[in-house]
Amino acid sequence: MAIPNPGDAGRGKIDESLSTESADVVRHESAWERARRSWSVRIGGTVLLILLFIAIAAPWLGTVDPTLFDAGSRDLTPGKEGEITTLDGEAIKHKFIMGSDSFGRDIYSRVLYGTRVSLIVGAFSAAVALLFGIVLGLMSGYVRWLDGPLMRVMDGIMAIPAILIAIALVAMFRASLLSVIIAIAIPEIPRVTRLVRSLVLTIREEPYVEAAISLGTPAWKIMGFHILPNTVAPLLVQGTYICAFGILVEAILSFLGVGLPPDIPTWGNIMSEGRSQFVSFPHNVFFPGLFLAATVLAVNILGDGLRDTLDPKMARRT
Amino acid sequence: MSTAPVSKIAAGSGPVLEVRGLSIELPKGSDRGLAVSGASFTVERGEIVCLVGESGSGKSVIAQSVMGLLPKQLPVAGGTILLEGEDITHAPLSRLRQLRATRMSMVFQEPMTALNPVMSCGEQIDEVLEEHTKLSPAERRLKILETIREVRLPEPERIYASYPHQLSGGQRQRIVIAMALILDPALIIADEPTTALDVTTQAQILQLIRDLQARHGTGVLFITHDFGVVAEIAQKVAVLRLGELVEFGLRDEVLKHPRHAYTKMLIRAVPTLAPVQRAADATAPIVLEIRNLSKTYVDRGWLTKKREVRAAMEVNLEIRRGQTLGIVGESGSGKSTVARCVVRLIDPTSGEIRLSGEDIAKLSARKLRPLRRRVQIVFQDPYRSLNPRRRVGEAIIEGPINYGLSRAEAIERARKLMELVRMDPASLERYPHQFSGGQRQRICIARALAMEPELLIADEAVSALDVSVQAQVLALLEEIRGRLNLAMLFITHDLRVAAQICDQVAVMSQGRVVEYGPAAEVFLRPSHEYTRALFAAAPGRDFAFSTETH
Amino acid sequence: MYKFLARRLLATIPVLAIVAVLVFLMLRLTPGDPAAILAGDAANTEQIAKIREGLGLDRPLIVQFGIWAKDILSGDLGESFYFKMKVTSLIGQRLEATVSLATLTIIFAVFTAVPLGVLAAWRFGGWFDRMLMGFSVMGFSIPVFVLAYILIWIVSLKLGWLPVQGYKPISEGFWPFLRHLILPAITLSVIYIALIARVTRASVLEALGEDYIRTARAKGLPESRVLIRHALANAAVPIVTVIGIGIALLIGGVVVTESVYAIPGLGRLTVDAVLARDFPTIQGVILFFSAVYVVVNLLVDLSYVFFDPRIRY
Repeated sequence: MAIPNPGDAGRGKIDESLSTESADVVRHESAWERARRSWSVRIGGTVLLILLFIAIAAPWLGTVDPTLFDAGSRDLTPGKEGEITTLDGEAIKHKFIMGSDSFGRDIYSRVLYGTRVSLIVGAFSAAVALLFGIVLGLMSGYVRWLDGPLMRVMDGIMAIPAILIAIALVAMFRASLLSVIIAIAIPEIPRVTRLVRSLVLTIREEPYVEAAISLGTPAWKIMGFHILPNTVAPLLVQGTYICAFGILVEAILSFLGVGLPPDIPTWGNIMSEGRSQFVSFPHNVFFPGLFLAATVLAVNILGDGLRDTLDPKMARRT
Repeated sequence: MSTAPVSKIAAGSGPVLEVRGLSIELPKGSDRGLAVSGASFTVERGEIVCLVGESGSGKSVIAQSVMGLLPKQLPVAGGTILLEGEDITHAPLSRLRQLRATRMSMVFQEPMTALNPVMSCGEQIDEVLEEHTKLSPAERRLKILETIREVRLPEPERIYASYPHQLSGGQRQRIVIAMALILDPALIIADEPTTALDVTTQAQILQLIRDLQARHGTGVLFITHDFGVVAEIAQKVAVLRLGELVEFGLRDEVLKHPRHAYTKMLIRAVPTLAPVQRAADATAPIVLEIRNLSKTYVDRGWLTKKREVRAAMEVNLEIRRGQTLGIVGESGSGKSTVARCVVRLIDPTSGEIRLSGEDIAKLSARKLRPLRRRVQIVFQDPYRSLNPRRRVGEAIIEGPINYGLSRAEAIERARKLMELVRMDPASLERYPHQFSGGQRQRICIARALAMEPELLIADEAVSALDVSVQAQVLALLEEIRGRLNLAMLFITHDLRVAAQICDQVAVMSQGRVVEYGPAAEVFLRPSHEYTRALFAAAPGRDFAFSTETH
Repeated sequence: MYKFLARRLLATIPVLAIVAVLVFLMLRLTPGDPAAILAGDAANTEQIAKIREGLGLDRPLIVQFGIWAKDILSGDLGESFYFKMKVTSLIGQRLEATVSLATLTIIFAVFTAVPLGVLAAWRFGGWFDRMLMGFSVMGFSIPVFVLAYILIWIVSLKLGWLPVQGYKPISEGFWPFLRHLILPAITLSVIYIALIARVTRASVLEALGEDYIRTARAKGLPESRVLIRHALANAAVPIVTVIGIGIALLIGGVVVTESVYAIPGLGRLTVDAVLARDFPTIQGVILFFSAVYVVVNLLVDLSYVFFDPRIRY
């Protein structure tokens, strides 16, 4: 990029080739490219994709209907062969890879189907929390008079430990997939709101936003083009953490017996029903526990990886 | 203890610091292989040597390498560093720690962050004594109080007990100097110690360093990018360019008769304090008229007392077409407040702001919109003035599109503007991080001009740029002003820059305009005492730099 | 400084008020007749009617809130139909177990996590750092009850060192008391340690990047002093903050841990109450836990005065 001499300035011409500015500017890779290279993102992402596959393909992975049971196949240790009675009354041979529970249900099938619930609850609770949090955070950051009261309410919600809110909400409205998702999302909304609000407030101070204002850009365009794109990374990271939290809380609720109805298999359910047998038949608890830990771990590792590569400022904050 | 001049008993008669062929590597992936390559210079006893260079020249790296403070990623690749004859290039950390504060000390650039916020100032100075001497606590306290007095801080007892946040920038820097000086080291390395300070504070600190150095006979390695400072205090000068030491010699030699082409270029780029005399056209239409502008900030916490900050008080200014008005002042003077009021980024408390006759001070957002295009602003920090996620072309056309231009027309205008600011129109497709600071500033100027304003405001627009780049951008602004017959409002704290580019000058202090008139008048015959003090404090004001053209 | 203290104290009042409103709304928003819900399934119409009067259900909502709030403030949290006693006595009964567990956990967690975090920050990027971060992620990811079962399996069943479940109050001897709490405390503390260690590491790292650390080193101070007196001292505020915020995690964990280890504390009480839809107890427990959380965080905020002189003025 040749820059011809701009002419005299002060005492004589400036020879620009000597200026240190002529040195080439190094091309940096974009944050997203960095993210794709990160080990954390790869490992976490791969595990999640595997789990997604399991969730979708569950019916074809050697499972039976998870609600089926057989009195003759109770408490089988992993690997044993046994029989299972279908809804029509037929008895088919079945290998209980992960053993069976005290009702004679196949743990393997229940665990694989349980993947669906966990992933759905995790993903949707994160989505709901993010959606409401973004809207409330934008409002709080932009509308001065709304900011005070809104933040007080958020403080109030945050003052009640999240699990208690979830438990209380599930106690109020009978447990169903929807109520569990909402019960998990609600305690997370204040944190997202705070995050978005602080992002709005700091980004608004940036000179490039001030430049946009002086260029006559209307507020909605500023929000859409300047503010929101710079919030994607931290929100994505926060979203993964909410997802992990959601999966955990759903499991806890089910484990305590206040979660989804027992006919839907969830990992927490399986463990809850198996806990009384723990001393003699630990497989009831360990297999679903393993899947649960692995899933949450994968999501957290993915989140950490995204955070370290996409938003280093936040990495230093947490 | 006596305060008579303490002359340093020479432990040997060599130079205090000798650097021979020093080379320091940069981590892989940097834009060059070596941060410093083959630098050689000396600092004698009782001598002040200035290390000058632009950003990225490696001057800070050299400073930190002497102290052994460089991180592992910047290893010494070759050469030697001799402190009082001892080779410390690869000295173990334990030996370096012994030498630090006792034989060599360092003063850093940012006084606001150089002190531990949770420890009192006295305690932080005490750490030096506790670590390196065997004095009793009472003796230490006495010595500290005396040193505090020596750096000319009043009420030493109170200062001892204060915390850094209770002191001003200048005071904090004095504490750092006290910490550096208390054990009478042979060498003090000062890394841009006054860059972050106001002009008047800077003058005081430079004077302090000079006096202390004369009294103790310390050798000083003074890093700076400001040639005015060099002219003011240096005995010898070393010039760095991209890691290479291109020139080293006596101050007068280097500044008046530079030999290397780069040095010549740098010195030519330094603006003089002599104002440019320009014929003022008194009949040109008035573009901006400010009457009685005031801005007061009120802090009304519910348990704290109401606090009022008067950022600007009854400011009166006017700018005619084709002319440049400069507002000069230190931080907190209100100059930026005035600029931001004119662009309506903040709302004035009272007063009038007339743009070509129309008062925009109290207009609502909706009524203001059509008038916003008349005045545009270029900000100080080129690294934050462009949205990192949008291409620069998008940034430039954003304004015109807001006002109804079609995308195609706006892009055409953007191309023409890139040529005007002397950049390749093809680079409109790039992202900001692909440009250097000076280039980004040109893009910001293009963005401002895309609106075809009548008034262009430059709010410290060249303050963050290196001196050579600064010269280019100033020249560009001059050219644009001439070609488009713009009115310009130039905010700066740098007197030299103001002298070079302004027709009229207003000097602000604590929210008020204390002096206002043609540049020649204000610079050569200042009437207000603040203005006089300001000019007196400008470093190197009497120095006549080289006037060679090639 | 006193203005700061007063301001912080006053700031907790609106928060507690909002908590109260939310808890109050809990019952009102539940589908069904509040009085019937409170009375329980086994109640008859007279009992329901009495409760309805006591609540003032025919009066406007604000008045209802007023009645309820007055009761709460005078210490009356209602009566549990399920446990057949006043909620306040119920809480009082279960308090000791939970407080013991929580105290043991907090002490263990803080004194483990902070040194680990400092060490990791000091040796940033090294094997210890990576190990700690790995442990931290796992600590967050393995649910409390899964970890509990793993520990029980290994320590109690296979090694037989500690009892599987149960609780012995301190009145029955300090060692039995401790024996029964060790495993639960370790289980509960894992997630707390993961959180605190992570934040400690991050804050110390951030402090180590600041200019005053460079100044401290330039003074020739030994690294240990730089780390403690300069870095950690400045990292204290975020660390203490997260210890306060982490209490929320602790409370959640207590609910599960007491369930697995059969400890008769407030956590167990919560679960039992929810299963029985015993609203007075649920409300009482939530109010209690929230109040504790708010108070703890208030104390944390007040402690800033000791750590950061800038906050005193």
